[in-house]
Amino acid sequence: MGSHQDTVGARIGMWLFLYTEIMLFGGLFVLYGAYYRIHAVEFIGTGQELDMVLGCVNTVILLVSSFFVAASVTAVRRNSTKGAMAFLAGAVLLGGLFLLNKYFEWGHKFHLGIYPGSPGLGESPPGRIVFYGLYFTITGLHAFHIVMGMVLLIVCIAMTGLGRIQKERFLLLENCGLYWHLVDLIWIFIFPLFYLIL
Amino acid sequence: MTSFYHTPFPARFRGVWAWLLTLDHKRIALLYLGAVMFWFIIAIVLGFLVRMELMTPGRTIMGAETYNAAFTLHGVIMIFLFVIPAMPAIFGNFLLPIQIGTDDVFFPKLNLLSWYLYMLGGVLAIVSLFADGPPDTGWTFYVPFSVSTQTNVGLTVTAAFTLGLSSMLTGLNFITTVHRMRVPGMGWLQIPLFTWSLYATAWVQLLATPVLSITLLLVVFERVFGTGLFDPARGGDPVLYQHLFWMYSHPAVYIMILPGMGVISEIIPVFSRKSIFGYKAIVGSSLGIATAGSLVWAHHMFTSGMSDVAVFVFSFLTFIVAIPSAIKVFSWVSTMYKGSILMTPPLFFALCFIYLFSVGGLTGLVLGSAGTNIQVHDTHFVVAHFHFVMFGGTGFSFFAALHFWWPKIFGRMYDFKRAYLSALLIVTGFMLHYVPMFILGLQGMPRRYHDYLEQFAPGNLFAGLGALIMVPGLFLMVINLMMSLKQPVDAPADPWGGTTLEWSVPSPPPLHNFIERPSPGEYPYDFSRVGTP
Repeated sequence: MGSHQDTVGARIGMWLFLYTEIMLFGGLFVLYGAYYRIHAVEFIGTGQELDMVLGCVNTVILLVSSFFVAASVTAVRRNSTKGAMAFLAGAVLLGGLFLLNKYFEWGHKFHLGIYPGSPGLGESPPGRIVFYGLYFTITGLHAFHIVMGMVLLIVCIAMTGLGRIQKERFLLLENCGLYWHLVDLIWIFIFPLFYLIL
Repeated sequence: MTSFYHTPFPARFRGVWAWLLTLDHKRIALLYLGAVMFWFIIAIVLGFLVRMELMTPGRTIMGAETYNAAFTLHGVIMIFLFVIPAMPAIFGNFLLPIQIGTDDVFFPKLNLLSWYLYMLGGVLAIVSLFADGPPDTGWTFYVPFSVSTQTNVGLTVTAAFTLGLSSMLTGLNFITTVHRMRVPGMGWLQIPLFTWSLYATAWVQLLATPVLSITLLLVVFERVFGTGLFDPARGGDPVLYQHLFWMYSHPAVYIMILPGMGVISEIIPVFSRKSIFGYKAIVGSSLGIATAGSLVWAHHMFTSGMSDVAVFVFSFLTFIVAIPSAIKVFSWVSTMYKGSILMTPPLFFALCFIYLFSVGGLTGLVLGSAGTNIQVHDTHFVVAHFHFVMFGGTGFSFFAALHFWWPKIFGRMYDFKRAYLSALLIVTGFMLHYVPMFILGLQGMPRRYHDYLEQFAPGNLFAGLGALIMVPGLFLMVINLMMSLKQPVDAPADPWGGTTLEWSVPSPPPLHNFIERPSPGEYPYDFSRVGTP
């Protein structure tokens, strides 16, 4: 059972898994598209209630974190364990920062009485309710993926420290990195849909 | 050579742990076999009770709420716990690595994880029965009812979500295995047809299941948080739920039938002693069904409200799927033409499959054309069509596979006479059970109703009598197979005279499947390589 040396195969498996994640969010984007068509005016009006600056900051944070993850792979290739761990730690911290921003953003909305099933939101026009329904569902599910990605990156830090990830053997790091890039990429689609184009 | 039953993997585990923590694809397949058969029998009993209730008008053996729960559970268990996992998880796991000449699947640990997810899904399904009452939505969980009903739909939906994840990971594993682990010398057109069909299935599992996952997740969100995404009062659109649901669930019926078609493509040439007719056409049609079948979901929704253009397009695409399916049927029949046919129980089941599946497929066209669909939508016609395809198709191919590979898996032959008798009972009961439903549907009897008008009584009585013949047949079949386990291991490596690689290894196979690296032939169905059985 010597399949574990086959890094190409393991990477294929990871890519296949990433496809499933894209299909998962794809279902939500279909919903977004359909509801945007039905409630275009209300969507545009409600979209302006979101804080575009905060959204931009979060986008930059995730892009930089993705760079850090990519840099950690290069560091491992150059045999720099400490560098790799530092880059990964940076990426995890940025992930935390992203979640912190999200916490303030959501907290502010909750404070205004806007959350799924809230009485205040219930009196809004239908398009606004659906917009926030999608907003909380999609960003919530994405935040959950960020948390999972952070767990994976922490595992990678530990494995690098233990010497299980090293110059000749960094498949785990590469695959976890791919996952982090995907989560980043999904945000690149979420950001314009909710913050930018409306 | 000691079989895999006597060599646990990893070797340090003993007793029950050698099964529960095994990474051997053959043992995992048997774990699935046990669990799937457990659910299969429960779902048979539930379906039987539903039919007994419908045997006479008015209340026969149960009230309306119990009836709703019984048909929902029959559907949920049959679909998510039997039909979807049966072929890939049991026979795919056992045979795919052997058919491509390797020692295991690519991700053995992921394979074991899939089994645990399957078991977790099953446990959640059981728990949902006892917390707040069994679900009563039907297996489709349509909103708004699934959001507003007081029964514990949330838990059942979570169970289906978990089972979907299990099926998806199995698909991921199979695709990677087929790409990376074929024995050197086996090109894409030397892969046996069963493996090919599993490969096509795996892609559908991988790409369609996440859509179901997100849809079911949204139902949970609706119930827990009240997001209102499918609630028209709050700007949502319930029809979008149906779109998302069928975007998975229609491709899912091809997850269910494609491996069955693969099984038949293995059995027919072996017992016709003749190379399969149209190998490339069958491979192509598997991929064609997987592709076209993913684009036809809205034909479940002709009466839900959509534009005439959409109805036309989906109806047209539905007809397109009939072409690759027919290519397969014609290829099987052409394989038998001028072959020297040897009748055995697996071939008998396979022949029943071809007939029943053809009837199911042709009545599918009645449902696929928009005009007739309006007439028979949500009637017993749909129930009959669906069972002809899923039971007459997948069910019979599963029985055929059981009888075909039983000697390989357990190393024992079963009693042929009882096998024929059970097959005869099942198929006779089947016809008496489902043919009246076509007529009832055309007469306008709706599906899923607890009671019906007096004029539908004769048809329902016949259907009930059919069930009374079919169910004993099913139990006889299972008992007959189980009885063979009491005999000593006696099956030869190749009892049927098959040509694919699984017949070149001992029955049951040793731990690493092959003693030395196998040499696949130019062509997997070259019968000049083996003698007569």
